[in-house]
Amino acid sequence: MSTVHAHTVLIVAAILFVLGLAGVLTRKNIIFMLISIEIMLNAAGLAFVAAGARWQQADGQIMYLFILAMAAAEVSVALALVLQIQHQHKTLDVEQLTALKD
Amino acid sequence: MQQYLFLIPALPLLGFLVLSMAGKHLSRNLIAGIGAGSICAAALVALVLSASFLQSPPESGAYTQILWNWFLTGHLSADISLRVDALSLVFICIITFIGALIHIYSAEFMRQDRDYARFFASMNLFVCAMLTLVMADNLVLMYLGWEGVGLCSYLLIGFWYETPGNYRAANKAFVITRIGDTAMIIGLFLLFKELGTLYIPDILTKATEHFNSGSSTITLIALLLLSGGIGKSAQLPLQTWLPDAMAGPSPVSALIHAATMVTAGVYLIARMHTLFELSPTAMHITAIIGAVTLFIAGCSAMVQTDIKRILAYSTISQIGYMFLALGVGAWSAAIFHFFTHAFFKALLFLAAGAVIEVLHHEHDIFKMGGLRKKMPVIYYTFTIGAAALAALPLVTAGFFSKDQILWYAWSADGGHPLLWAIGLAGAFITALYSTRLILVVFFGEMKTTPGHLPGAAMTVPLVILAFFSVAVGWIEWPHNLLHVSLFSEHVEHALPATTLKAGLPPEIVFQLIAVGVSLFGIYSGYVLYYGESPLLMRWKQSQGLMDVRNFLFKGWKFDQLYDTLLVRPFLFITRINKADVSDKLYTAIADINLHLNKLFSVSQNGSLRWYVTGVLVGILFIITLQLLL
Amino acid sequence: MILIWMICILLAGGILCWLTAQKSVVLAKWIALLTVTADLVIACWLFRIYQAFPDNTSWFINYQTDWIPALGISFHVAMDGFSHVLLLLTFFLGILAVLCSWKEIREKTGFYFFNLLWTIAGISGVFIAMDMILFYFCWEVMLIPMYFLITIWGDARRRYAGFKFFIFTQVGSLLMLLSLLALYFIHGDQTGTYTFDYFSLLRTSTGSPVMTWIMLGFLIAFAIKLPVVPFHNWLPDAHGEAPTAGSLVLAGLLLKTGAYGIIRFVLPLFPESAAAIGPWMILLGVIGIIYGALLAFSQTDLKRLIAYTSVSHMGFVLVGIFSFSNIAMQGVVMQILTHGLSTGALFVMAGMLKERLHTRDITKMGGLWTAMPAMGGIAILFTMASAGLPALGNFIAEFFILLGTFTSHPTFSIIATLGLILSAVYSLRMMQKVFMGQQTATEPINDISARELVIMAALSISIVALGLFPQPVIDTVQHLSTIHPLLHE
Repeated sequence: MSTVHAHTVLIVAAILFVLGLAGVLTRKNIIFMLISIEIMLNAAGLAFVAAGARWQQADGQIMYLFILAMAAAEVSVALALVLQIQHQHKTLDVEQLTALKD
Repeated sequence: MQQYLFLIPALPLLGFLVLSMAGKHLSRNLIAGIGAGSICAAALVALVLSASFLQSPPESGAYTQILWNWFLTGHLSADISLRVDALSLVFICIITFIGALIHIYSAEFMRQDRDYARFFASMNLFVCAMLTLVMADNLVLMYLGWEGVGLCSYLLIGFWYETPGNYRAANKAFVITRIGDTAMIIGLFLLFKELGTLYIPDILTKATEHFNSGSSTITLIALLLLSGGIGKSAQLPLQTWLPDAMAGPSPVSALIHAATMVTAGVYLIARMHTLFELSPTAMHITAIIGAVTLFIAGCSAMVQTDIKRILAYSTISQIGYMFLALGVGAWSAAIFHFFTHAFFKALLFLAAGAVIEVLHHEHDIFKMGGLRKKMPVIYYTFTIGAAALAALPLVTAGFFSKDQILWYAWSADGGHPLLWAIGLAGAFITALYSTRLILVVFFGEMKTTPGHLPGAAMTVPLVILAFFSVAVGWIEWPHNLLHVSLFSEHVEHALPATTLKAGLPPEIVFQLIAVGVSLFGIYSGYVLYYGESPLLMRWKQSQGLMDVRNFLFKGWKFDQLYDTLLVRPFLFITRINKADVSDKLYTAIADINLHLNKLFSVSQNGSLRWYVTGVLVGILFIITLQLLL
Repeated sequence: MILIWMICILLAGGILCWLTAQKSVVLAKWIALLTVTADLVIACWLFRIYQAFPDNTSWFINYQTDWIPALGISFHVAMDGFSHVLLLLTFFLGILAVLCSWKEIREKTGFYFFNLLWTIAGISGVFIAMDMILFYFCWEVMLIPMYFLITIWGDARRRYAGFKFFIFTQVGSLLMLLSLLALYFIHGDQTGTYTFDYFSLLRTSTGSPVMTWIMLGFLIAFAIKLPVVPFHNWLPDAHGEAPTAGSLVLAGLLLKTGAYGIIRFVLPLFPESAAAIGPWMILLGVIGIIYGALLAFSQTDLKRLIAYTSVSHMGFVLVGIFSFSNIAMQGVVMQILTHGLSTGALFVMAGMLKERLHTRDITKMGGLWTAMPAMGGIAILFTMASAGLPALGNFIAEFFILLGTFTSHPTFSIIATLGLILSAVYSLRMMQKVFMGQQTATEPINDISARELVIMAALSISIVALGLFPQPVIDTVQHLSTIHPLLHE
C-alpha cells in the first residue's frame, strides 16, 4: 500500500476548490452555482481529512463530519429557496434576480 | 382682633371661589350678592380693625398673623403671614371701602352682561390679591399679591375678550407691568443676597446696619424696586399700558386703574422707605420720574377726546405727584394724596362709566354735551370729582393733598425749586383739563340722546364718593392754617416724618401761588371750552400747534418708539426663526447620510457573481496582507 | 420588594391589557386604569414608611439581589425622597394619561395601553434602579414603547417624529452605555471588584482627566432627554405628533428622567468634572430659556408651541442644577414636578381642543372662551402657571432656582429672569389666539365633559397646592444637599 503524501491531497483539494469557485463565478444558473459551492465545501473537507491523516489527529475527520452536516442543511434550505425563486420569478438566472438590490 | 386679620383677604377669596366654581348655576341676584357681599363684609372687618387700631395701637406698631409656613429651606423662609401697620391700614381701608362701593355700583352696571359671574369672580380675586399685597409681611408674599393684581387686571381689561383692541390692551398691560415686576424680583434676589432675609421688618432694620448710605448696592436695589413700582404705577417709561387699559369695564378702571392697583408702586416705595432713604440717588430719580411723568401725562390728558383716556392720563399724572412726594421724602403727603385721589378718581371713573352707559357706549367727549340737566346727580358728583382733581381750594380733598406735595416739592429735604415748578405746571394743566372735561361733557348743546338713567345702586356710591371727595381733605390741614393733622399723625407711626430745609419763605406764599395757578387753570379752561372760543378756533388752524396736539394725543409717541425699538425686532427675530435654525444642523447630518447611501449603493447592484468576486478579492487582499506583514 | 412589585404590576397590567383587548376594549381600559391607580396607592402608602425615617436622608427602601453575578450586575432597586416624589408624579400623570386616552384611541387599543403602561414601568424603573445596567435597561424600556406610541397613534408626520425621537435618544443612550462601561472598568481597575452597583461606583476616585469624558457621555445622554438647547430638536416634533397621552408622558415624565439622571448620576459620580463644567451648563440653560421662549412665541401649531415652552422651562432645571446652590436644587425638584403638571395640563388641553376642532393650528382657533367657559378658566390657570405666577407651583420653582443661582452667578440669573417676561409674552399669545377674539368655529363646541373635568381638576388642585404648600416636597428632597460637595454650604 503506497502512501499518499499529504501535500498531493492538498493540491487536489486546491484544484477542486478553484474549480468550484470558477463554477460559482461563471455559471448563471443558481442550481449549478449551488453544485459548485458543494464542490468547494468538499474541497475544504478533503483538506481537513488530509491534514488529519498527516498529523494523526481525529480533528480533521470530525470537522469533515461538521461540514457534511452543514452542507446538508445548507443545501436543503438553498433548494427550498431555489424552488420558491423558480415559483415566483419563473427563472433561475442570477443575472435577473436583482430584487434585493435596494 | 389680630386673629381675624385673615378674614380680610379670605372673604373676597371665598367669593371668588364660589363664583368661579358655581357661577353658572347661580341667579344674577345671588351672584351680585356674593360678589358685592364678600367685599362689604371685608370692609366691615376692616372697619372694626381700624377702629381697634386707632383706639389702642398695638405695641409693636402692627398687628400680625402667621397663617402657615409657606416654605423654608436653608435660611430662605417665607410664611403666609399678614401684617397690618398704619401704612397698610390706610390701603386696606381704601381697598375694601372703595372696592365695596364699586362692587355695589357694578351690580347694576354689569347687570346685562353675559359673564356676570366671571366679572364678579375676577373683581373679588383682585380685591383679595390687592389686600394680600398690602398686608404681606414678606416680599415674596407681597410679590404674590403684586402678580395677582396684574393677573386680575389682565383678566378685567380683556373682560370683553371678543374685541381685538381689548385683549391687545390686556396683553400689553400684563407684559409691560411684567417688565417692571421682573426688575423688582431681581431686586428681591439682590436684597436676599445682601441681607439674607425677605421679611420686611427685618429688611428695614438690617438695611440701616448693613448698607452705607449712598452705596452703589443699595442704590441698585432701590432702583430695581422702583422699576417694579414704575411698571405697576404706570410711570415713565412704562406708562403706555394704562391709557389702553381703559378697554375694560368702567368699574374696573375705577377700582384697579385709578384707586388701588396702580398705586401699588407708591405702597411699595413707602413700605421700603428705609432702603430709599439710604440712597439719595434713588430718591432723586424717583422724584424726577414723578415730576416728568406728571407733566407728560398731564399734557396728554389735555388733548384726549375719549373720556376714559383723559381720566387715565390724569391718573398717571396724579400718581406722578405721589412719586414726586415720595422722592422728596414727603412720605405722608404721598400717602395722603393716594388717599384722596382714590376717592375722587374712583368717583370720576364711575361717573364717566354712567355717562358712557347712558349715552349708549359713547366715549368721545365731543359727542357728549348738554348733559347737565338730563342727569343732575351724575353732573354734580362728576363736578365734585373734577373739582377735587383740579384742587379747588379748601372745599375739596384734592386741594389739601396736592398743596402739601407742592409745598414739600420745594421745602422738603430732597426738594428742589425745579420739581416745584414742574408740579405747579402740572397743577395748572390738571385744572385746565378738569374744566375742559366738565364743560365739554355737561355744558353746550346735546349731541347724543341719553338712554334711561342709572338706578340707585349706581348713584348712591357716586354720592358717597362725592361726599368723601370733599370731606376727607379736612382731616389734614396745612400747618399754618389749622392744627388738624390726623392723617399724618396716623401714618407717621409707620413712616418717618418729613424734614424741612431751613430758611424758606413762609408756607402761605407757596399756597397762594398754588391756589392762583389752579384757579388760573380753571379760568383758562373756561375761556377755551365754554361755548365757541375764538382762541381755540385760531389754534386749530395752525399746523404747528396741531402737530404738537397730535404728538401729545398719541402720548408723546412712546408707543411708536417701543414698537420700532422692541416689538418689531422681536417679531422679526421670532418670525425668521420659526422653523428653528438649529434644526438645519440635524437635517444636514441626515442629508449627508442619504448622499453617502446613494454613493455606496452603487456597489449593491444585485448581481450575485459580483458579490462573490467581491468576497474573493477581499480574501485575497487579507491573505496578501498577512503574507506581507 | 415592594418596588419590584410596583414595576411588575405595570408590566403585567400591560400584557393583560393587550390580551383582553381582543375580547373587550372597555375591560382593557379599566385594567390599565386600575393598574396605575394601584401603583399610585402603593406609592402613597409608602409615604408612611418614609415618615418613619425622620432624618429623611436615608434610602428608606433598599432591595438587592443577584442578577448576573459573573459580571457584577445585580438587581438593585432603592428609593429615597427624591425618587419617591418622582414616582408619585409618574403614577399621578400615568392615571391622567390613561384617562385622556379613553376616547382618543380607537385602533389597536390593547397594544396602545400595553405600550403606555410599559413606558410608565420603564420610567418608574429609571427612578429606582440603583444598578447601572438595570438603569440602562429601564432607560431603553421606556424608550421603545414610546417610539411605538408616537409612530402608530401619532399625527400626520408621526413616522418622521418617531424616527427623530428614537435616533436622538438612542445616540444619547449609546454614549451613556460607553461611559458606563468605561466607569465599570476604571472602578474595577481601582478596587479589584468589577461591579455596576451605583453605591460602589460612587466610591470611584474621580481625579483622572478621562473622567471628564466619561462624565460628558452621561451628561449628553441626559441633556438630550432634558433637552438642552443644541439637542432639543427631537422634542417639538415628538411632542407635536404624539397622541395626547404620549405628549403628556413625554413632557411630564420622560424629560424629567434627564433631570433625574443629572442629579442622581452626573453630580455625585463626577463631582470635580461636573463643577468644572457648571458655568457652561448654566450658559446653555440660559440660552435654552431664552431661545425656547422665542421659538414658542412664533409657533402656530399649539402642541409645538407648548413643546418649546418645555425647552424654555427645562432651561431653568439645567441652570438650577449647575448653580450648585441648595435653594436652587430644591427649586429644580419643584420645577420637575410643577412643569410636569402644568405642561402636561396644557398638552391635555391641546388634545381636548384637537378632539373638538380637528386642528392644532392656533390661527384657526379663536374665541373659544364663549363656547367653553370652564375650559377657558382652566386655560388661564395653566398659562399663568407656565408664566410663573405666584401661588402656583411653577413660581416657587423658578423663584428658588433664580434666587439660588443669583448668589453665585448673578448675570446668568438676571438673563434667565428675563425669561419670565418672555414666558408671559408667549403664554398670553397662546391664550389670546385660542380663547379670545371672535369665535371662528361654526359648529357647536361642547365644554369639557365630566371625565375631562376630573383630569383638569386634579391637575389644577395639585398645581395650586404645590404653589401654596410646597414645604412637604422641600422636606422630602432636603437630602439632595448631600449629593455634591459644593451643595453643602
